[in-house]
Order: sequence, then C-alpha cells, then structure tokens
Amino acid sequence: MSSPVAHPAHAAPQGFIKRYVFSQDHKVIGIQYYFLGLFSVFIGMALSLLMRFHMVNPNVTVKWFSWLWPTAAAGGIMTPELYLSLMTMHGTIMVFFVLTTVPQSGFGNYFLPLQIGAEDMAFPVLNMMSFWTTFLALVVMVAAFFVQGGAPLSGWTAYPPLSGAGRITGPGEGMGQNLWILSIAIFCGASLMGAINFIATTVDLRCKGMTLMRMPLTCWTWLVTAILGLLGFAVLLAAGVLLLLDRLAGSSFFLPSGLYISDQIITAHKGGSPLLWQHLFWFFGHPEVYIAILPGMGVTSQLLSTFSRKPIFGYKAMVYAVLAIGFLGFLVWGHHMFMSGMNPYSALAFSVLTMCIGVPSAIKTFNWIGTLWNGKIHFDTAMMFALGFVSLFVTGGVSGIFLGQPALDLYFHDTYFVVGHFHMIMGVAAIFGMFAGTFYWFPKASGRMMNETLGKIHFYCTFIGVYAIFTPMHYLGLAGNPRRYSAFTDVEYLGKLIPVHTFMTYAAYFTAAAQIIFVINLFWSMKKGARAPVNPWNATTLEWTVPSPPPFDNFAGVHPVVYHGPYEYSVPGAARDFIMQTDPPQVQSEA
Amino acid sequence: MLLAPLVWAIAVATAYFFFARTWWFPPPISQHGLAYDAQFNRTLLVVGIIFILAQFALGYVIWKFRNDGRRAGYSHGNNKLETLWTSATAILFLGLVVMGSKIWASVHFDEAPPDAMTIEVMSKQFAWNFRYPGPDGKFGHTDLKLINDSAGNPMGLDDKDPASKDDIVSASLKVPAGKPIKLILHSRDVIHNFFVRELRLKQDIVPGMEIPFHFQADQPGIYEVPCSELCGLGHFQMRTTMQVMSQAEFDQWMQQQQAQK
Repeated sequence: MSSPVAHPAHAAPQGFIKRYVFSQDHKVIGIQYYFLGLFSVFIGMALSLLMRFHMVNPNVTVKWFSWLWPTAAAGGIMTPELYLSLMTMHGTIMVFFVLTTVPQSGFGNYFLPLQIGAEDMAFPVLNMMSFWTTFLALVVMVAAFFVQGGAPLSGWTAYPPLSGAGRITGPGEGMGQNLWILSIAIFCGASLMGAINFIATTVDLRCKGMTLMRMPLTCWTWLVTAILGLLGFAVLLAAGVLLLLDRLAGSSFFLPSGLYISDQIITAHKGGSPLLWQHLFWFFGHPEVYIAILPGMGVTSQLLSTFSRKPIFGYKAMVYAVLAIGFLGFLVWGHHMFMSGMNPYSALAFSVLTMCIGVPSAIKTFNWIGTLWNGKIHFDTAMMFALGFVSLFVTGGVSGIFLGQPALDLYFHDTYFVVGHFHMIMGVAAIFGMFAGTFYWFPKASGRMMNETLGKIHFYCTFIGVYAIFTPMHYLGLAGNPRRYSAFTDVEYLGKLIPVHTFMTYAAYFTAAAQIIFVINLFWSMKKGARAPVNPWNATTLEWTVPSPPPFDNFAGVHPVVYHGPYEYSVPGAARDFIMQTDPPQVQSEA
Repeated sequence: MLLAPLVWAIAVATAYFFFARTWWFPPPISQHGLAYDAQFNRTLLVVGIIFILAQFALGYVIWKFRNDGRRAGYSHGNNKLETLWTSATAILFLGLVVMGSKIWASVHFDEAPPDAMTIEVMSKQFAWNFRYPGPDGKFGHTDLKLINDSAGNPMGLDDKDPASKDDIVSASLKVPAGKPIKLILHSRDVIHNFFVRELRLKQDIVPGMEIPFHFQADQPGIYEVPCSELCGLGHFQMRTTMQVMSQAEFDQWMQQQQAQK
C-alpha cells in the first residue's frame, strides 16, 4: 500500500521561509509545535510562580509588579482579580498550548510518519495551516493580558454566568474574556485540522507490512488521541461560539432570567442554562485529559520496552486498553459535575463509568511493571523520565478513586485534593512523558545526543520537586482548602494551612529553577552534543533506520517493508538483542 | 538505581501523612458525616494498599532488574495474569462505588423529612443571606426591583406582602441541633457553592435554579462556610458561618430577630 497513495513525491523546498517558516515538512512542523509548547510552558510556569507567591504573600509590595500591571497591581500589590487572571491563563495555556500541542502535534507530527514508514503526513498543506492557526490562537490568547481589564478571571473552565454576563461580573470579563473565547475557538479549528490529518495518515500511509497490530504503541495513542480531538474539539468549538453569542449578540444559551449583578437587573437574557455550558465543556474537557496523557502513555510504553530490552507485556491488551480509554473517555464527563445541580441519579451512572475507565488505566500500569519484570534495564535519562511517568501516573490515578465517587466528592469537590489529582496525572505525568520523548528522540531530530549528566540532575530535581509541590495539595484537600482562593486570610481554618502553602511555594521555586538545567541541556546539545548514530538506543522501530536527522523525504525514496512487530527485544536465538521491524523475515520472531 | 529507594521513600512519606492524619477533616457533626468518614476510610484502605504495592513493585523492578550484563527474558505477556488483575481491579473499584452510593442516595435521592425546617439561601457576589419564613411559616413575595443591599434588603422582600413582612434575613446561618433542615439554594448572579466541612456536604448554587438540599447537624458549635465555586474577585472572602445551637437558644435568637424588625 505504500507507493500509489496520497501525495506526490516532493523535493526539499529552497529558501528559508518555505523551509523553516511556512514549511509543509512534518518534521519541521513537529519542531515548530515543540517550540511553541516550550515557549508556552515557560509562560505558564511563570504565571504559576506568581500565583504561588501571591497566595502566601497577598499583601507584600513588589515594585516591579506595578511596572507589569499598572492598574491590576497598582502600588506593587497584586489584586485578587489579577491573581484570578493569572490562574485562568496558567490553566488555559498549560492545557491547550502545552499538554495538547507538544505530545500530539509536536512528537506525533515528527514521528508518526517516520514510525509507520510514510514520507510525510497525508495533508502537508493542512498540516502547515494547523500549526499557524495554533500560533494565531496563542497570539490572541496572550493578547488578552494587554486589553482593558486584563485577562479573564473565570478560570480555564469559564463557567457562565461569570464568563457570560460581561464586564459587570468582574475586571477581565470584558474584552479579555472575548479574546479568550476567540482564541479557544481558533485553537479548536487548528486541532480539528490536525486530528483529521493524523487519522488519515495512520489509516492510509502505513508502509507495506505495517499492519495495525504491528504499529508501535506511540502510533496507537496518537491515533486515538486524534479521534478524541476530532470529536471533542468540535463540541468545544460549538460551545465557544454560543458563549460568544451570549456575550456579544444578546442570545441566552447559558444565561437564565432573573439575574441581578452589580446592582443591575439583567433584562437582556432569559431562559438559558448555566449547566448546558458545563455539559458541553466537559464533554470536551474530559476527553481532553486523555488527549494530554495518552501520547505520554505511548511514549512510556515504547521506552520501557526499549530500555529494559523486553517486548511490551501484553501488546494487544495495551492496544485494547487505549481504545477502551478513548471510548469510555466520552462517557464520564459528568464526574466533573457531581456538585453542579445536575440530576443526582445520573451521578451514579457517571460514577460507575468512571470506575470502569480506571480498569484499563490499571491494566496499563500492570503491563508496564510486567514489561520491566525480568528485563535488563538501562537507566538513560529518557528511561528515567518514563519510569517517573509510571510512578506519577499511579499517584495521580489512585486519587481519582476518591473523586470518582460522588459520595466522597461531597467534600473533595473544588478543594485542593482535585488540584493535586489533576496536576499529578494530567500535568506532571504528561510532562514527564514529554521529557522522556525529548531525551529519546532528540538524537534523531538533531543528530546529536543530549548530555546525560545534566539530564540526570534535571530528572532527580524535577521528580522530587513535583512530588513536593503536588503531594501536599492532597493534604490541603483533606483539610477542606477550597481551590481558586487568592489568599487564605479570610477563612479562619485556612490560616492554619498557610505553612503547607509556603512549603509548596518554595518547592515550586526549586522545581522551576531546575528547568533551567533542561533548557541549557537542550540548546547546548543542539550545538555541542556528541554526534548521534542512526540508532543510539538499539531500538526496533522505523525512525531508527534513517539517518539522524532524517532527509527531507524520510526514507530517501525507498519504501520500507515491515516484517516484525514493534517490540522484538531479546528474542532467543537472534544474533542481537533486538530485531528491527524492517529486518528480513528469516530473522526469527514471533509476530 | 538511586531511583528505586527514592520511589520507596516518596511512597512512604506520602502515605505517612495520610495515616498520621497530620492534616485532616474536622470531626463530623452529623450521622451523614460519620457514614462519610467510614466510606472515606474504606476507600483510603483500598487505595493506600494499591498505592504502596504499585510504588513498591515499581521500585523493586527498577532495583532488581537493572542491567547487570545478563540477557533479558523474552515474553509477550501472560493472558491469565492479565485477566486476573483486570477483574480484581474492576471488582474493587465497582465495589467501592456501590458501597458509597448509599451515602449519595441519602443526600440526594431521599427527600427532606416532612418536619424539616426550611431555610432559603441566597448567595451573591460575595456574601450570603439566609431567609427564615417567620411565625407564619411562609416565604413571602420577592421582587428583583426591590433589592437594595445598602438598605438591608438583599433579597428584595416585598413589605406589602404580609407573608414577606415577617420573614427574617440573616447574614449567617443559624440552625437548631438535631432537627432536619431543608435548604432551598438560590443565587442571584453567578454560581456559588455551599460547603460545610463538618457536615461533609457541598452543593453548587446555580442562578436560575432552585436546588433543595437537606441535612441534620447534631453537634452545637460555630462552623465556617467558605464559598467553594469560583465566583469572581472576592471569592476568597465569601465566607459566613453556620451556628448550630440548642432548640431553646435558636428560639430565643428567632425572637430577637423578630423584635428587631
């Protein structure tokens, strides 16, 4: 199926702009997405540090705050509304522009075609447009900081009426909120383009012999993530348009009658439902969690197998688990809404389905440990991050067993327990997946190796750091600390918890500082790293058959043919401890 | 290699603070609270065991199967094991849900008892109001146009309606101990959330909806009510208290309120 399909062979374009800016090469686009994500993650991290500072020092004057925000931090003291806008933007930028873009659009773009033996993505022009639309969305999002009233304060979930009734609900709820919705809508468009491209590429462009069940698990997770994106972002796009209409065109999809806000009776709206927004938002929002984490699960599977020199334990079970997670992911959105006022009977259904989705997640964990069992583990930095992913995935996963029960959610909903839970699993576990992917694939993309010593230091600091930040959040949740509070000065029992917050703030400073090591390593290794061989990890998948970095058309006009499954390590009787997928069939293997 | 002891240490430290109860729930003040704590403890036991076993297994394989020059084993998995742990997990998780569903049912499926005292809750950016029906037992007419926060009429009570005239509006919640209470939750602007830690209860308050919510507090005392759904810049200051008192004290308070009207 390799030769007659999809796109004509194209020669490398000439000229800087076509090659590196408006490129149609999936590898360049992958790198563009990666750096867009890297830029965004530093913005998001900076915002989180400002938040953590403010929470423990709500009344401390910092001169340069007033330079940055002449009104929202006049006199150098951050206002509560500024805190909330930092929080909104932290969540939004991290979820959309980091967790959604890097694992899928970044790594996926670069390595999906290589791993399935394709010359490029199915639709290169669409691919280019998808990146530049994402870029536009980021520009619009960041612009929200600079308009009158500043960025919105309704959180990344933007629940109406707070997000729908206009400026009267708070500063930032004017133009800032409009830009936020607009940016999300643009982002949805970009993600839809990307999703279609990923699905078409996986279905149509696999090389000869690359059956679905010989695809690396990374490709499976990118495929399922793309399907989730296609269905989820379509709904979010619709919801965003409706919310914008409520704000700008006087419609009432989400705004009920009888509102009285800021000493005004609101007569412009009647009959809308605030809960409708929550249903639409979480119908996207829950699959989004899996959009963020599935590619990390794929990378982890790939790395655990490679670096322990063992086939993946239960490849088929892993594939079915990913499919089950993808399917069930669309049936559990109501567990974000147990306390929302929706029909309480539906809570039980959502709860049962939520526990069901815990089962394939548990299967993955068991199979990862099964893969490591009796292996021969090499502790390269990439592998360290994959192992760290497993640990964080377990920690972030088990707290879901509390939150998935509506009865227990009667206390934990909207406390720091939730914040700790989703940061562990969707935040740092996913980010560990990205670090693992970076260290693993950097040699292929750059032709150079990353520095292992810096890598190990960075790993240990980050691993200890994230546990120090996010574990205490669970204890705060037990003590009933509500989330989205800019200070803990007005509720008496929260005063006693401030030392915990102070500890977390220092842990956040420490962890953020450790990321400088990563950035130094990344850029230093690009210029000065040791030259990378074609296959530095003795891995089996197709990207390790081409030069580092690969040529423009990936396989230099030769169509690869696949004879083996993706994880044939330590096959008895084989000469080497790995069989490449393209090795001739006489090399013994099971698949 | 160093990673194995580190994973163990983190697991032990994480679990320690759960079992030492360094930061913990305040004592419960209701039957529901006791049932809640029992379900929490059951879940904690199951989750705690899974957490410790998984982290220790991870640490163990990291340490045990480090590269020491041997050849790795060759195996594509084991279907028996796969079925075993899949069904074990499913039974455990679903079992917990089923056990907890009784608690949820008592809060949300059961109606408030007929002798429950009804109190209307009206939340707004960034304050609380609690309305008692007064001696006639009826909530009177209200009108958005009559709302006047500075004149002390945050709920827009209509004085022309005799049923409204005797209604009591308080900025904090006072309830008699040992008596079922039914709240009718209203918001006049954005979504807020009523949360009392000691009751182990929480409910969003959504504008445009009237959400009924019942409980019974047995233990007298003053308990804080922090708003628990993001409602705007004053969210962190939107706090009131719930005072649980004996029936006699409550009646006395009610009389004082009537006298002050």
